[in-house]
Amino acid sequence: MAGFDKRVDSARQALDGLTDGMTIIVGGFGLCGIPENLIAEVHRRGVRDLTVVSNNCGVDGFGLGLLLEKRQISKMIASYVGENAEFERQLLSGEIEVELTPQGTLAERIRAGGAGIPAFYTATGVGTPVGENKEVRKFDDRDYILEKAITADFALIKGWKADWYGNIVYRHTAQNFNPAAATAARITVAEVEEIVEPGALEPSHIHTPGIYVDRLTQGQFEKRIEKRTTRSA
Amino acid sequence: MALTREQMAQRVASELRDGYYVNLGIGIPTLVANYIPPGIEVMLHSENGLLGMGAFPTEEEIDPDMINAGKQTVTARVGASIFSSVESFAMIRGGHIDLTVLGAFEVDVHGNIASWMIPGKLVKGMGGAMDLVAGASNIIVTMTHEKGGQSKLLERCTLPLTGSGCIRRVLTDLAYLEIHDRAFVLRERAPGVTVEEIKAKTAGRLVVPSDVPEMRLSNDANHGSPAHA
Repeated sequence: MAGFDKRVDSARQALDGLTDGMTIIVGGFGLCGIPENLIAEVHRRGVRDLTVVSNNCGVDGFGLGLLLEKRQISKMIASYVGENAEFERQLLSGEIEVELTPQGTLAERIRAGGAGIPAFYTATGVGTPVGENKEVRKFDDRDYILEKAITADFALIKGWKADWYGNIVYRHTAQNFNPAAATAARITVAEVEEIVEPGALEPSHIHTPGIYVDRLTQGQFEKRIEKRTTRSA
Repeated sequence: MALTREQMAQRVASELRDGYYVNLGIGIPTLVANYIPPGIEVMLHSENGLLGMGAFPTEEEIDPDMINAGKQTVTARVGASIFSSVESFAMIRGGHIDLTVLGAFEVDVHGNIASWMIPGKLVKGMGGAMDLVAGASNIIVTMTHEKGGQSKLLERCTLPLTGSGCIRRVLTDLAYLEIHDRAFVLRERAPGVTVEEIKAKTAGRLVVPSDVPEMRLSNDANHGSPAHA
């Protein structure tokens, strides 16, 4: 069992080996399903010159926004970076490099990275700025552009429940980019709300099989809401 | 009279069919969910990984793990499913979504659409819009006919594109148009709007058939509908 026990004692231990200049993929969509404690640990470590791959870049003062404030990110690969004033400032001043990637292409680039596929063709972005300087190939009379896979040194993901083996289940739409991110890094670190005994999770309900997970920690989550919208009861 | 945002949503909603899986963009498209015709069932897709988006939650129901692509708190309706971003965009790219409704800054007679970037202003990113326009075969663009006195229906888009040659149908506050053979074909007028006014406000080539009926707007807001009450 010891060889399969992915548990580590702390977020600090979980990010052992993270150094300046590395590429990290971070799961989440907006602030939903982000690895809050692992991001905070990246912040605490103060590592710099990071390339961060994530659909969004947090908000001012929370999530990946924390790393922006401390100038730890030199390049961001994302589909949407709006609603973050510090990000706007660094983008306009040229302090940060940004590779805007369509959301589905971003997801598939990460998936491809984890699945051993170096690149793939997609119609998304043909004839737009995204397609510039990319190889174009015609299949059945339609143009497609070649998009390259993404892999990383570390993936930081957030799950709901996991067993010691690192088998993970996500909760509701907090799943988003996390399963793909889990597959595409040399070291995948997962933080979850609850670590359960092996056998407690139904094998056929597992979203992320433990083979993708190297280190597992349990965290406390604030789960900040970006846009609280309600109806009257 | 130009259509209100609600009337535009109402007109688009009349294109919904029983059993459709539908992706609604932010803005006017979101309002379409309030006008789902009675007696039909549609399933709303949200690209962060939710098929079967329901109403906004009550205060008691709010769950930070349950949001839509606009990052708003939502609920899931009966029959919903939740999945990864990879799966969500496979549905989009693979052409499984029956109808996509989204806004735009410009559309042209070649079916090009510009909706994500205005150079010189801040670029916030394209999100899922490029995947949606490339993957869907059935798209309706909703936008105002003009902005600041400038037509948004052009011979050639001036802004960076979201997709090329992918748009066939446009609903504006003045008209419903289709794009055929490098021209806008005027299919319907907003009630009280003349063909002359639409001609004057359309910069791209416009074909006007002999009969251009007024739009019919019959559905009242369906407040019992599953989304965006």
